[in-house]
Parts: sequence; C-alpha cells; structure tokens
Amino acid sequence: MSDLKEFSVGDIGSRSSECEPALKTEKMALNVGPSHPTTHGVLRLMMQLDGDLITECEPVLGYLHRGDEKIAENMTYNQFVPYTDRLDYLAPLANNVAYALAVEKLAKLEVPERCQAIRVICCELARISSHFLGVGVYGMDAGSWTVFMYTFTEREKLYTLFEELTGARFTTSYTRIGGVARDIPDGWLGRVNSFCKGVIPVLDQVDRMLTRNRIFMDRTVGIGSISKEKAISYGITGPNLRACGIDLDLRKDKPYLGYEKYDFEVPIGVNGDCYDRYLMRAEEIKQSVSIIRQVIGNFPEGLYYAEEAKKIFAPPKAKILTSMEELIQNFMLVTEGPQMPKGEVYFEAENPKGALGFYIVSKGGGVPYRLKIRGPSFCNLSILSELLPGHHLTDTTVILGSLDFVMGECDR
Amino acid sequence: MSEKDTNQLIGRFKYLSERDSVDHYAVNCPSDHLIDFCQILRDEYLFDMLVDVTAIDWDVASPRFTGIYHFYSTSKQLYLRVASDCKDNIKPSLPSLVRLYSAADWHERETYDLMGIHFDGHPNLKRILMWDDYPYHPLRKDFPLAGIETPLPAADVAEQTKVKVAAAPMMGGPFVSSGDGKMSQTEPTAKDESWNESKAKGS
Repeated sequence: MSDLKEFSVGDIGSRSSECEPALKTEKMALNVGPSHPTTHGVLRLMMQLDGDLITECEPVLGYLHRGDEKIAENMTYNQFVPYTDRLDYLAPLANNVAYALAVEKLAKLEVPERCQAIRVICCELARISSHFLGVGVYGMDAGSWTVFMYTFTEREKLYTLFEELTGARFTTSYTRIGGVARDIPDGWLGRVNSFCKGVIPVLDQVDRMLTRNRIFMDRTVGIGSISKEKAISYGITGPNLRACGIDLDLRKDKPYLGYEKYDFEVPIGVNGDCYDRYLMRAEEIKQSVSIIRQVIGNFPEGLYYAEEAKKIFAPPKAKILTSMEELIQNFMLVTEGPQMPKGEVYFEAENPKGALGFYIVSKGGGVPYRLKIRGPSFCNLSILSELLPGHHLTDTTVILGSLDFVMGECDR
Repeated sequence: MSEKDTNQLIGRFKYLSERDSVDHYAVNCPSDHLIDFCQILRDEYLFDMLVDVTAIDWDVASPRFTGIYHFYSTSKQLYLRVASDCKDNIKPSLPSLVRLYSAADWHERETYDLMGIHFDGHPNLKRILMWDDYPYHPLRKDFPLAGIETPLPAADVAEQTKVKVAAAPMMGGPFVSSGDGKMSQTEPTAKDESWNESKAKGS
C-alpha cells in the first residue's frame, strides 16, 4: 500500500509522467482560435500540450488589426472620434471620453462642470456595461449559463439609455473635443437613477449564483494567479492588476473629470487569481452605481461644451445656416480640422479594461502627426505565454474569461 | 516627479537633455545609455511600470526615427517620457528593454512590426499585428494609407486562387491628404484615376 501514489482526479498530466513512465507519450500541438468561443473575438493561441497540461503557449494577434493609428494620422482630430468606438467596443462611451480628454489636454482646454458630470456618468455606465458582459460571459465560460442571461438583461436596459442619450446603441461617438454632442434628454437622469436602483438586486442575484458557487470556485480559486511583481512588469492595468493586490486606479491616483469629488472605493484583491478578478468586477459595478448616484444627486447646471472650444467644437448647428461667421467657421473646421498647438501629450484614462492611453504628437494644424493608442487588453494579454503553461487545457477558458479582454483595442 | 527630482535627473546624468512636453516630464536619452538609464529609473526612481513603447517617423528629418517610452511609477503616481533617437535612418535600431520590463516584449514587437525599428537583444523579435511574411512597415510615413499590393499570406491559397492582398480603392476616400500642412493645400483627392466622374469604370 505504501508505494501507492495519490493523484487528484483529472490530474492526467502528472499521472502520465510519474505513474506510468513506460507509457510513451508525445507532445501535442493544439491551435485554439482565431474563431473560437473562449477567445471572445479573434485571438489565436498556439499551444503545446503534454497530456492535458499546457507546456507552451504562444498568442497570435492581429486578426482584427485595422490600422487605426495610420488612419488617425490621415484625418482631423474630430473625424477620429467614431474610430475610438471600435477600440473597446464594449465600452465605446468611455473610449470617446478618453480620446477627447487627450486632445483637450493638448489644446489646454477645460470643459465645464456639467460636461464633466455627463462624461462621468457615461464612463461609469460604460464600466457597468463592460463589467456585466465580463462577468456574464465569464460565468458562461465556467459553466454557469444563467448569469449571462441576468447580466445581458441589464445591459439591454443600458443600451436603451445609451440610445436615448446618443442616438446609437453600440457605436455612440458621443463626446466631441471640448464637450459632448448634445445635452442629456429630458428625464434621462431619472431613468438612469431607476436603472441604478434595479442593478443592485441583479448584482445580488449574480452574487448568489457565483460567489459561493462550489463549481465556480473549484474552477477559479487558485487558477491563473499572477504575482504583484509580474503584473507590474507586464504592465497589466485595470481590475486584473487590482486583483493582484496593487492599488492602482487612475481615477484616484491621477484624477480627471473631477473624480476626486466623488466618494468611492477601489476594490483590491489578494491572490491575483481568476476568482479575485471576478470579485473585482462585481464590486466595481457597485462602486460605479454609487458614483453615478452622487453625480445625479448634485448635477451641475451650465453648458455641455466648453465656450472657448468653438474653434474646435463645431459651432451651434442652428447658427450655421443663419450666421455668416459660424458658416465660415464650420467650413474651416470641416476642411482643415481644429487648429491644435504643437506638442506631445500622453493621457491615460481608467477604462473598464484598464488604462487606455493616447499619445499624440502634434506639429500644429488639424491632423495629428502621430497618434499611438495604448490598448489595455494588449498589455493584459501579453502575460498569457507565461500564465498559461502549467495549467490544464480546461483552465484556458476560465483564465481567458477572467482576463476580460477585447480584441478591438488589442489589435487596433 | 517634482521640479527638484527632475533637475536632479538632468544634473546627475550628463547625457540627458530635457524634451519639450505639454504634460509630463520628458527627457531625451541617447540610445547607448538607454538600458543603464532605465535600470536606474526602475530601481532607484521607482518607475516600475513601462506603460507604452512606440516610435515616431519624422519622415525627411534626421534622425528619422525616435523611440518613445512612457514609464509610470505605481508608488509615486508619476509619468515620465523618455525619448531616444535611432542613429541610423536606413536600419534604425534601439536596445531592447525586455530584460528590465516584461511589458517591453510585445510593445517592441509592435514597434518593430509597424515602424521597422530593430530592437537589439529582443528574444523573439517578429511581427505581431501583421503576418510574418509581410514586407512593409505600415506606420512609416512613406507607406501609403491605402496600402500596397502584397502576396497572400497563405501561399497554397494564393496559388489556387491567384488572389493578392489588394490596396484599398481610394475613390471618394475622405482622408487621403497628408498630415503635413493645411488640408486645403493637400486637398483630399482620389489616388486611383482609372475611373472617376468623367471616365466610366471598366468591366
């Protein structure tokens, strides 16, 4: 009896290597994706398997590369706003805001309080929408279909709100440089408020379905752990970084849009594993709801675009056809673009997936000389070739789901 | 980084020079000293996160390529931009920071892929966004927005179908004008003149 070894069920890799050394095994190459349900887009993983243990993993990107940076160099600052929708296409409102803030930083432009408040609501609604998808499909990846149904119902309500605000459900293009496209519709804040009321019970339901769910925990606790040092070295940001126990939230550390005025907490994880990454997202939704309530509770009056941004922001539409000056100005804006000062700026915003950065080099004029987009998913995925080896093939699904990436901003 | 720290940085490292910047503190660092400087940045000045690596193509100017690094300090909440010119305009290269920051791996591969800058000492410098055999570096200023006709990445498919990766048709393209100068002087026009308003499209 003493020479009997114990193995956990499913630990095929170790069984084949230790218990049956005579068994002739050979490594197997497995190709996952680019079109595969677990890759949530067009990520391709080339893996080497020993039994069902992953020994090597090489991610292959670029299947969604559209050359956004090249396109940006060939159009005016205003024209690029719709392209930012297609970066993290699960949170287009937040991308619009991040891009506008980067250009405004270059132009040294301050937007009025009301505009900031609208943008904060946009960003947080986008965060809720993105995290609901993240948690929902993550549950689905781990074998819990129901969560997905609940969170998608809530996302549908969000899309109705987005549609009312921007006119589009997915590709919103709502912010303009120096403001937002239009003021909030009548009664919209009330509807956002009632949405917020409805979110908390749904979150509780999700919590009851996942947080202490034995199957979910078995599949996620201790799986895909990332150490603090590794996370920082790989430049991981967002909930994935905070799950490792690092307190980095640009809304707190480098406040923009007046985030310092709002009282919210940044959830921090302990183990940096798949389970912690789920907890981060669930808690961040609650914090976002709290921020939105604070904004609505003290919603400022005033303009929804910066007065001094008229050179950049299109003049009021009603005046374009009645006033000579505005007509000329509009013509100049359309043909030459907003005239920007020379300089270099880098701005990062805390987006749902992590820090979305824009680096703009301007030589003056209406077109950026160089625009680099730092997609958080790109950095978050770079750890895969180190994270996946040592895990079982079945863990791939859970690890990919927990990283909550989106290929739109990874490949750009 | 406070004023005091920044002055100290330039004072301490004679090879640095201050770089114009609208926002964060920025320095120019010669590529020979880049690794040493970044090592000290990481270990002594606690810039522990490399958030972004990219490059700028200055087109006709020399040095033509500048590598841009953005660092963030998670303990001091500070950004720092480090720029480093590539000495050679024809075969630009920079030292690789992969040994210091794991994040540099993919960022440098991307910069190599799109800008054609070679990172010396990178363990796996190959294309990341474009396919492996792609012959050009698309973010260079001399690369046209519409792209250049290239062979299909899959040779067997290309042999059967005789299809190539075609350049985008530019008819009515809204954004063909160059980034330099006023747009009114570089009126957006169609590059492809094979058919237009006065000439019918061939079959």
